[in-house]
Amino acid sequence: MNKEDIKNLEATAFKVREHIIRMSGKGGCFIGASLSCADLIVYLYKHFLNVTRETLADPERDYLFLSKGHDVPALYGTFVELGWLARERLDDHVKTNDSIYWHPNRSIPGIEFHSGSLGHLLSVSSGVALDCKLQRQTNRVVVVLGDGELNEGSIWEGLLVASTYKLDNLLIIVDRNRFQANMATEDLLPLEPLADKFAAFGCSATAVNGHDFSAMSKTLGRFPMEVGKPTVVIAETTRGKGLPSIEKRADRWFCMFSQAEVDQLLRELHGVERARLTSETLVVR
Amino acid sequence: MTYEDTLHEIVVSDPRFMVLTAENRAAIRSLPQRIPEQFLDTGITEQTMIGMAAGLALRHRIPVTHALATFLTMRAFEFVRTDVGLANLPVKLVGAFAGFLSEANGPTHQAVEDVALMRGIPNMNVFCPADEQDMLLGLPVVLKSAAPFYLRYNNLPARVEHEPVLIGKAETFGDGADVAILTYGMLFSQALKAKAILADRGVSTRVVNLRTLKPVDEDVLLAAAKECSLVVTLEDHFQTGGLFSIFAEILVKHQRICRTLPICLKDRWFKPALLDDVLEFEGFTGKAISQKIFTQLGGK
Repeated sequence: MNKEDIKNLEATAFKVREHIIRMSGKGGCFIGASLSCADLIVYLYKHFLNVTRETLADPERDYLFLSKGHDVPALYGTFVELGWLARERLDDHVKTNDSIYWHPNRSIPGIEFHSGSLGHLLSVSSGVALDCKLQRQTNRVVVVLGDGELNEGSIWEGLLVASTYKLDNLLIIVDRNRFQANMATEDLLPLEPLADKFAAFGCSATAVNGHDFSAMSKTLGRFPMEVGKPTVVIAETTRGKGLPSIEKRADRWFCMFSQAEVDQLLRELHGVERARLTSETLVVR
Repeated sequence: MTYEDTLHEIVVSDPRFMVLTAENRAAIRSLPQRIPEQFLDTGITEQTMIGMAAGLALRHRIPVTHALATFLTMRAFEFVRTDVGLANLPVKLVGAFAGFLSEANGPTHQAVEDVALMRGIPNMNVFCPADEQDMLLGLPVVLKSAAPFYLRYNNLPARVEHEPVLIGKAETFGDGADVAILTYGMLFSQALKAKAILADRGVSTRVVNLRTLKPVDEDVLLAAAKECSLVVTLEDHFQTGGLFSIFAEILVKHQRICRTLPICLKDRWFKPALLDDVLEFEGFTGKAISQKIFTQLGGK
């Protein structure tokens, strides 16, 4: 990956963040998680996944499943930048005349499966990965999990099954922003040492800075990390990345900002001045 | 033919099929060896099995999943509802030993709300065969349907010859107008016994084997309500959400009323024991059923 590639990825991720910020003002969205995985999603679609607008139904395409679901604005923003989704449709976010809402659904081209209930898509993506292997196809199947989502028991039974059936075409990426709905993950059910847990469940696990495109390129370039094992990449990220006024804040999970606040946040993203947010915090959905 | 042989015959004829189990192999013991490429045991992970089945169905496979009915319909309920029902994927759920067929396992294993749960899921179809022959007649129909299906597994031997299975069509035995016994599953054979006993006492009875409870044969239910003096709903299921509820919903929908006797489990689990003893203790033998009906009709 050269400097030009990184510059392009940064420019795309910046635009995706602008889309996310705008969506936080039109019926609101889960802005913190969307911003934490934005770089990751942009990287995957632009440099990792073998899928285009034309191959969305091709059985040999690569798949991406967004398991936690509430970070879907990052995916919609990326689809807009890829030219898969009309920019204007984001203006109809949570309106009844379109089907773009707080969690993903399959009516949007590019969304492989709906999610929102945590702990589902590891097993769904494992079913897809298993069939790819049975069909002797070389597709790669990526599933993005939230770190809070790792509280769910279905994740850990799913890992047992994925490693038993040697799904080394499965890439599990954890958006490790260290927060769940209301608090820091380590203040509730501590997850560390997380890579050791995945390794103990039969996966090949490593960590990467989820905001460093060069590092992601090196780490994901090693996929599959071990033949016969699912790969887990723990992407160390920052909740609310790009907006210092909401970064790493437990009370900025779901946000519904006023238009004035959205304008201020866009200025903050552009490095003009820090936003002064007055809207209600911790609107838990 | 057994369930296993029939399933094997269908599965080998079409590579889209995958047989899955959450380590419940009683009905499919030989399949791992016979169809290794189309068989997957996920271990005791009902949720993961259903999630993987949804993933396989996204790849245009037709997964046929197996587990004990309680764990399939309850432990994995949200996966069935969200990953199969909402997506309308052709995943087949085969729930073993539902209702009284769980015998002496105790309430943890008694699937007596499975029909209520499964029929409450949009897109889901429900097939509750009366016996093994009924199940094997219906199995190809269920597997070839594009819909998600819950099959309430029942391998008890048949005592009658069944008609071919059609989704949404019941089969009726007799044309009695005094009593209609509406039923499904393993109690069908007890209903036939009750019918014979009632005939000896001068009561004419028809027995309706519903087969699919969703979609249900509304015409047959409405005809029973119109033509018979008493309609009995007979089921090894809680009163809430099963056949009695289905019948009540249809009567209200069509603004009808009729004299009705629900014979079912009323807000409690049944006494665990071997099947014959359960039927005796709980009053679900043909004899006990006929007596309840006779009493309801005012006889002694």
